[in-house]
Amino acid sequence: MAIGHTVLELRGKVFRPMRFNFAAVGLGFIFQTAFLYVRGHAVGRCPITNLFEVIIFVAWSVALFYMVVGPTYRLSLMGAFTAPLVVVLQLVALLAPIDHPHPVKVHANSWLEFHASISLVAYGAFALACIAGVMYLVQERQLKTHQIHSIFYHLPPLTVLFAAITRLLWWGFALYTVGLFSGFFVGEPLPWIQIICAVAVWVLYGLILQGRYLHWFAPKRVAALCVVGFSAALTLLWGITFTVQTHTR
Amino acid sequence: MNLFCVGLSHHTADVETLERFGGNAEVSCLLRDSGCVEAVLLATCNRVEVYGASESRVSTLDVARCLDRKIAGGVLAEAAPFYRYEDTQCVRHLFRVACGVDSMVIGETEILGQAKRAYEAARANGGAGRYLHRLFQRAFRVAKHVRTHTDITRGAVSVGSVAIDLAQKIFGNLGACKALVLGAGETSEKTARALVSRGVTDVRISNRSAERADNLAQSITGQAIRFENWLDQCREIDILVTSTSSEVPLLSRSQLEPMLRERIDRPLFIIDIAVPRNVDANVNALDGVYLYDIDSLQSIAEQALAMRREQVAVAEQIIAEHVAEFDELIARGINRVPVTPEHPPVGESSLRPSEL
Repeated sequence: MAIGHTVLELRGKVFRPMRFNFAAVGLGFIFQTAFLYVRGHAVGRCPITNLFEVIIFVAWSVALFYMVVGPTYRLSLMGAFTAPLVVVLQLVALLAPIDHPHPVKVHANSWLEFHASISLVAYGAFALACIAGVMYLVQERQLKTHQIHSIFYHLPPLTVLFAAITRLLWWGFALYTVGLFSGFFVGEPLPWIQIICAVAVWVLYGLILQGRYLHWFAPKRVAALCVVGFSAALTLLWGITFTVQTHTR
Repeated sequence: MNLFCVGLSHHTADVETLERFGGNAEVSCLLRDSGCVEAVLLATCNRVEVYGASESRVSTLDVARCLDRKIAGGVLAEAAPFYRYEDTQCVRHLFRVACGVDSMVIGETEILGQAKRAYEAARANGGAGRYLHRLFQRAFRVAKHVRTHTDITRGAVSVGSVAIDLAQKIFGNLGACKALVLGAGETSEKTARALVSRGVTDVRISNRSAERADNLAQSITGQAIRFENWLDQCREIDILVTSTSSEVPLLSRSQLEPMLRERIDRPLFIIDIAVPRNVDANVNALDGVYLYDIDSLQSIAEQALAMRREQVAVAEQIIAEHVAEFDELIARGINRVPVTPEHPPVGESSLRPSEL
């Protein structure tokens, strides 16, 4: 709905964030929550047992962060950028043949569930940082090239966007750190590749934050790194989930 | 009841004619001498229009004579290029005017305030009754609708406003920004005052003549900086405005680049309004630096105007829908109300103050 609304407005050369996108993403969030609740009951644990559920969980986390962050930083336009990412994640989950039941009945392990779910919620923050990064780059490019389009007038100021990126990075990094360290209390051996992938994502975002505070990178670079970082993190997430599934076979 | 509009605008008349008619018009004369039951006079620097309601047809000449009755000889009325719109066309015209579609600068919003003041003045004088009340209230609604649902008012269309708008798009709230104005001429003074009016509290002035810099700084409660030291200010300022008569660039990439390393996470917005330019164009290639000269500002103003023109079609569609609705309203019942106008006394209007 949000994408359709945005496309229609862009075609009419009228781009207006308004509340529609927020309401549409909010409605989608309710459906996602209902789905995760039903699925959780079906599998008897937090519904992140296979790649299908993990992707749906990440999409849910993205919508959750958007609902929290959008109004706080007056980034209502973020809905227009968030909705496509959520839709792509959902489509991949629904269309790709990845909804295979977990091969082994895994016993509920509260530390493992906490570790996995909090790490995926952190992915939601990283996704929003990536979206804010795209918004930053779009606006920065228009300012640099002096080519101002209709969408420019609806984007938040550069400094506001950069503040939002920084806070989202901190939120994501803090949650991911909690998730990573909770992994030590799982009490079960985890595959090395999974640990390496998880630590690689942590180091990647740690470096971006370090670079931002030590003035290694200009805001534009930080915004671009948020996009690159999230792409890499998604790839590593696939790697982690894949190895978990093959490890338990 | 006939609704009509007789007027002159920038489309049909020159400024002198508009000034002469606009400066002499009175609603009371229109009501007394022309035969109008109701009349609202909208006189701005770009238009002089009479919106009237009458039982029998009031001629354009009668209205024009009321407008130029104080003009010596009174011969202008016959010669002036008045236009006239009746009923549906009159409704459509007022809606277009209120929305800024008919304005010289498309989408300008000042006209709506002027229309509201004209309506209020007519209401106070007993000129706006049941018919024009409905017409004008609907016009204000249409204008609001068009503003909300189109981009017709978006983007600044003058060079000065473009510069300030861009600063706000980069920094958000300008209250925390530090600005340095290089030069103390008329343009620099205007820019410095514009920055102060938009909330910049820390404005610094630097000029070859220290005395002129001091005077300007004092007049805007800013701070004068010695000309030898202006470059160092680039370490801490957010906005740099250059407007000196220097024949060679005063700021180059090699001068600015080392300073940026100390302020890598803070953007620097440079407005170079000098001709010839005071800042080397290569400076724009630096990360976090946004350089705009007079041509680029002008170009953005033109882009905004072109964008507004594109929005006219959308606005016209909205206006057409409202005109049709208003026509239906008239057909349904407005003509059945008593002919004697009922003017709500001032202060007892059903309208909220915000609607006036």
